[in-house]
Amino acid sequence: MKINLASVFVDDQDKALRFYTEVLGFVKKTEVPLGPEHRWLTVVSPEDPDGTELVLEPDAHPVVKPYQNGLVADGIPHTSFAVDDVRAEYERMQALGVRFAQAPVDLGPVITAILDDTCGNLIQIAQYK
Amino acid sequence: MADDVFKALADPTRRRILDELAERDGQSLFEICARLATKHGLGLSRQAISQHLAVLEAADLVRTRRDGRYKFHDLNTEPLERILTRWLRPDAPEGTP
Repeated sequence: MKINLASVFVDDQDKALRFYTEVLGFVKKTEVPLGPEHRWLTVVSPEDPDGTELVLEPDAHPVVKPYQNGLVADGIPHTSFAVDDVRAEYERMQALGVRFAQAPVDLGPVITAILDDTCGNLIQIAQYK
Repeated sequence: MADDVFKALADPTRRRILDELAERDGQSLFEICARLATKHGLGLSRQAISQHLAVLEAADLVRTRRDGRYKFHDLNTEPLERILTRWLRPDAPEGTP
C-alpha cells in the first residue's frame, strides 16, 4: 500500500491553485468539473509527477472552518512538504509576501517552518538533515 | 505575585519552556510542543503543555497575544527583575577578606 492522495481544504479553488502552483511550485495534474461550483482538482510535485496527488478540496462542509480555525490558532500545520533548504524557501516566499506562523527552527534531525497557505491552512515545510 | 513566580519556576518543564522562549519570542503552542519533544525529549501532551503555559501566564512570565487567526507566546522577564532586586543591596561590600 502507498499514499495515493492527500488533501487540503481550501476556501477558493482558483486562489488555491494559484498559490499551490505559482508560490509553492506544484503543477496541476487533474481537473474534473463537479457540479456548478467545484472541481476535482489535484496538484503534484514536478519532481514526482506520478507520486502522491494533493487534492485541493472545497471547504464547503460546515465543520471544516471551525476545525481549521482551531488548528491555526494553536499553530498546528495541516500537513508537511519536504524541501531541500527551509531557510532558502523561507526567504524566497517571504519576498513573495507569504506569511509565516513559524520562522525556521532547527529541531535536531529536521529544520521546519510553517506558512499560511492563504486558503485556510498552515503548512509546514521540512528539511531532513 | 512573587509566590506565583516561585511556583512557576519550581518545575523543570516550565523552565525549559522559558529557555525556548528566551531563544525566540512569538511561538505558537505547536512550536513549543515541537521544541520540547525534539530538543529535550519531553513527550508531553498538548493539554499538559497548555496547563504549564497557564501557570507561567498566571505568574506573568509568559504573555500571549493574538495576531489575526494566530496566537503567540512571548517571554516576559519583568517578574524576574523584581525578584532579583528584592534582596540585592546597593552597598554590598566589594569582595571579602
